[in-house]
Amino acid sequence: MSDCRRQWNREDELPVYLAGPITTGPNQRKSFGMFSSVEGAFESKTIDFDNYAVGRKGSRTPRSGSQERLLDTGDPVGKTSSEAREGSLTNSPEDTEDARTGVEVRFSSVKEGSDGKNERLLIKGGRVVNDDQSFYADVYIEDGLIKQVGENLVVPGGVMVIEANGRMVIPGGIDVNTCLMKPFLGTQPVDDFLQGTKAALAGGTTMIIDHVTPQPEDSLLEAFECWQEAADKKACCDYSLHVDIPQWNETVKDELELLVQEKGINSFQVYMAYKDMYQMTDSQLYEAFSFLKQLGVVVLVHAENGDLIAQEQKKILGMGITGPEGHPLSRPEELEAEAVFRAITLGNRVNCPVYITKVMSKSAADTITQARRKGSVVFGEPITASLATDGSHYWSKNWAKAAAYVTSPPLSPDPTTPDHLHTLLACGDLQVVGSSHCAYSTSQKAIGRDDFTLIPEGTNGVEERMGFVWDKAVAMGKMDENQFVAVTSTNAAKIFNLYPRKGRIAVGSDADIVIWDPDRVKTITAKLQQSASEYNIFEGLECRGGPALVLSQGRVVYEDGKLQTQQGTGRFIPRKPFPDYAYQRVKFRNQVKSKQGVTRGIYDGPVYDVVPTPKYITPAPSAKTSPTSHQPPPIRNLHQSNFSLSGAQIDDNIPRRSGHRIVAPPGGRSNITSLG
Amino acid sequence: MSYQGKKNIPKITSDRLLIKGGRIVNDDQSFHADIYMEDGVIKQIGDNLIVPGGIKTIEANGKMVIPGGIDIHTHFQMPYRGTTTVDDFAQGSKAALAGGTTMIVDHVIPEPGTSLMEAYDQWRQWADEKACCDYSLHVDVTHWNDSVKQEVDNLIKEKGVNSFHVYMAYKDYYQMSNSELYEVFTFLAERGGIAQVHAENGEIIAEEQARMLQMGITGPEGHVLSRPEELEAEAVFRAITIASQTNCPLYVTRVMSKSAADIISQARKKGNVVFGEPITASLGTDGTHYWSKNWAKAASFVTSPPLSPDPTTPDYLNTLLSSGDLSVTGSAHCTFSVAQKAIGKDDFTQIPEGVNGVEERMALIWDKAVTTGKMDENMFVAVTSTNAAKILNLYPRKGRIAVGSDADLVIWDTDSIRTITAKTHNSAAEYNVFEGMELRGAPLVVICQGKIVLEDGNLHATSGVGRFIPCSSFPDFAYKRVKARKQLAVLRAVPRGMYDGPVSEFSMSRGGTPSASARTSPTKQPVRNLHQSGFSLAGPPTPDDIPIRPAGRRIVVPPGGRSNITSLS
Repeated sequence: MSDCRRQWNREDELPVYLAGPITTGPNQRKSFGMFSSVEGAFESKTIDFDNYAVGRKGSRTPRSGSQERLLDTGDPVGKTSSEAREGSLTNSPEDTEDARTGVEVRFSSVKEGSDGKNERLLIKGGRVVNDDQSFYADVYIEDGLIKQVGENLVVPGGVMVIEANGRMVIPGGIDVNTCLMKPFLGTQPVDDFLQGTKAALAGGTTMIIDHVTPQPEDSLLEAFECWQEAADKKACCDYSLHVDIPQWNETVKDELELLVQEKGINSFQVYMAYKDMYQMTDSQLYEAFSFLKQLGVVVLVHAENGDLIAQEQKKILGMGITGPEGHPLSRPEELEAEAVFRAITLGNRVNCPVYITKVMSKSAADTITQARRKGSVVFGEPITASLATDGSHYWSKNWAKAAAYVTSPPLSPDPTTPDHLHTLLACGDLQVVGSSHCAYSTSQKAIGRDDFTLIPEGTNGVEERMGFVWDKAVAMGKMDENQFVAVTSTNAAKIFNLYPRKGRIAVGSDADIVIWDPDRVKTITAKLQQSASEYNIFEGLECRGGPALVLSQGRVVYEDGKLQTQQGTGRFIPRKPFPDYAYQRVKFRNQVKSKQGVTRGIYDGPVYDVVPTPKYITPAPSAKTSPTSHQPPPIRNLHQSNFSLSGAQIDDNIPRRSGHRIVAPPGGRSNITSLG
Repeated sequence: MSYQGKKNIPKITSDRLLIKGGRIVNDDQSFHADIYMEDGVIKQIGDNLIVPGGIKTIEANGKMVIPGGIDIHTHFQMPYRGTTTVDDFAQGSKAALAGGTTMIVDHVIPEPGTSLMEAYDQWRQWADEKACCDYSLHVDVTHWNDSVKQEVDNLIKEKGVNSFHVYMAYKDYYQMSNSELYEVFTFLAERGGIAQVHAENGEIIAEEQARMLQMGITGPEGHVLSRPEELEAEAVFRAITIASQTNCPLYVTRVMSKSAADIISQARKKGNVVFGEPITASLGTDGTHYWSKNWAKAASFVTSPPLSPDPTTPDYLNTLLSSGDLSVTGSAHCTFSVAQKAIGKDDFTQIPEGVNGVEERMALIWDKAVTTGKMDENMFVAVTSTNAAKILNLYPRKGRIAVGSDADLVIWDTDSIRTITAKTHNSAAEYNVFEGMELRGAPLVVICQGKIVLEDGNLHATSGVGRFIPCSSFPDFAYKRVKARKQLAVLRAVPRGMYDGPVSEFSMSRGGTPSASARTSPTKQPVRNLHQSGFSLAGPPTPDDIPIRPAGRRIVVPPGGRSNITSLS
């Protein structure tokens, strides 16, 4: 045991992924900041971590008898001291390997019955990592809620104790984009809510937000209930639902209102692609954005230019290209960037927060970055696939493999894309990571074996999501562990108004907790995955970092590679509208943005008489005014008839222009027709 | 110059002309030389020219001699709801000549649903009757179908039109959908035409207009409030995307805002073939005047896209023009009288759109860009004349001073200062959007078709002498790169073995009706039906489903067969 401790301490001291630029010496403290206890770190800290940094005082106490104390009460004093003492030791890969056994579960004194076993839990000696700070503390959990966080907790006897041995204790991941029930031409993905949530938990994700995808003409409400019913039966972790709006009309509005106010939905997806099916025109999008903004929901946008895609698909099929390579060829990344730009423009006009789902290309991500620089309220969600692999596989000679990568927008064939997206994720320009997990079997994909436009779209990724962000961003030094928590969990909770119930380790939050092992190295393969699909698009990739233990609703559901899930335990988490994270700025802008007309004298000069030739008049009114404003036509007609009779304008103006705001001051203005 | 107005006499004297002692400024270099022209064509350039005796000689005294300006965007005599713009081809081209512009390119705007060819003939007739300078025509494509396609084809092949204008704004009227734009661009790319776009998002504008009117904003400020520059930038971005997909050269008319110009320069940096055209108004003034208390003044600024209320815009656009990110300048001269503008006195959406600028164009660019040191005189020639000639495929006949080029020349006075005012301008409009602006630089002498039309401040324009200059397709300036890319951009399928694994059962009926049209083009219908029926009869398909595969697909099975493609990686 003490061996283990020593090793994890060392590893904490100089993690492999951060070891490069840092040398042992006085500089250590600065570089490590608050994330770990480095020798001398606690003497001169100015920030007050008394409440959190349990190791602070302990760092100078001798570690005598630490083993026993650890076993009994989990007092972290010993650990930190040992760490400080051994801080100068160098790290080595072998130590890292051994250290993986660091998490232990045991009962402190009396073995309790299995029923009480999961209700009360103590995680001892972990380093709690939230999105804002990391600190050493024990976490006590009761009835699926975090009851206490701190050191020397007073807890009832007989609780199950999880010895974290200084490993990271992070809020469980939230996967904001899964499609576990998305029908395609009558077939369902092979990963349903059971299979999908199992995979999620195995990857350290303790909550998913699935997309309800009604077909056009379907009732949104019925679709929602259908999804909820299926999920309640099968889901192993908490879930929530986005509802996709397949088409825009008046009846949809009522359903939306109901969903927001009574069903706890605060996010809806609209499509700019899938012409003649889900796609909305710009006018519809404008109306949808305006309406959804009033409801206070987050608008998710599938951003691709569907019109152009349809044209390109036609062209490419015409050229005889029918294989999966036709998919990226017909959906070049420009079309994604264009639609992102348009969606942001719409969002700006309506003053509505916009959330771009599935950011797959550099140019789309750059467009989001630029818009954020200009102050737009826009969020970008790269997915596991775009963060870990690229689109070169579409050209694979193996049809089944190539087809497995088909998703929309497609993976970019540019191999530098994942790196670029990770960079933007690390600097905060992209905010959340989803997986867009939508797994179809090869035989389902084969529906499109002669026509790539019929290949069901979707890739796996719910299980690999957290691991790849750690591997490609944190282990590469792009991102720190707090930002890791932010992009995998906290930001999602904030955007969708789940915070701080989810996405944070704090008293009162749900006990969805992951003990993260930064050094676990795993080779991804379809043989070992939880998902039921035959292919894994990350096949053969090595991934460093993974969950050592996963708690969902206060129960251990994953430990050392073993899943202990219970079907149907997942609860639907309702979400309230107007999430602060998205809407606070919008509210202020609303107040600032009101526009006013100019008060002018009344124009009293000559007016050209418009000849009502049918040739010009018929199209012109509809062209120059929108259909919703019925004011102009009567005005114009009155105007016309008046003018041809008398030519006089001054007095006629006033009764005609009800509701218009031009105010003539008493005494009148100077003649407004004067030149200059 | 006593022969003013008498058509017969000047023919003898002014057909031969010598400009002595000038500094010739082309877009590539400047040099001192004399120019001798005869029959409207430049015959000799050099020192100590041997010329016939008794010809008229103009002493340039070292002043700049530049190719006459080409205003690539005008709307003279444009019909609008039963009225026409106050500047017809005579008035308009007179104003052009007074400003040093010796060629204009006007827009033919057929009403949606009417024939392009008829409209073209109509414009030709109007212009041939009245124009005082050479002209050419763009044709606006206001709707799209197969007969329009045919007409476009004829216009390119037989009528000397190489640029076609499409609209992304004016919903339910001129506006085209993305699919239509794609088709138009594809067609133009095949035939060597230039796609011009009016880039504004018409759908959002319609929504915003309705909102403004509901809020009770009915004055000209509603125009700019309902057409924020974002919508311009968005449409420019989209147009560039479509053009890049179709590999078609794109020309964005009326770049009015910084953000739109930025999008163009970014796209050019990425290699897109796109040209931006700021207009006199956007280079010289800004949109703050929309809030003028004087309704008539505010209304005179109404044009689309609107002038940006950001007062730093003109400066910024001049900078991009100097750096070459924007390529040509037009005026979008389209003038309405105050009475005509007053059609929209109670509703800004009814105000006829258009500003003046054909006369002020050259002087304004000189004043804002050259005298401020942003641009040199060669670049000045490029953006006012040469680039336009290149895009229209008229180079080097127009846009250059060279032996064999048309004798459209301007002797430019860099120091004269004049104040713009509606009282002295040559347009018939009561308002001038540049009113009161002091501009340095003006034409001293203007020679059009080898005849002196402006000298000593007197204009001697003759109505009806303007010739139609046909433009040929595939201008090198735009198409050379496009052609090279066409060869590179050939897409190829991956040769694979046949997929012979199981195929999941799927129904086209459940939710299939809409998805069928969504996921494949209409032309693919028979293919899918075959596939379906073959499947439902036989269950899992056998390897001999080759007949099911549509003819013309390129999947190649090598002799001996490939490895089984369903094997896991």
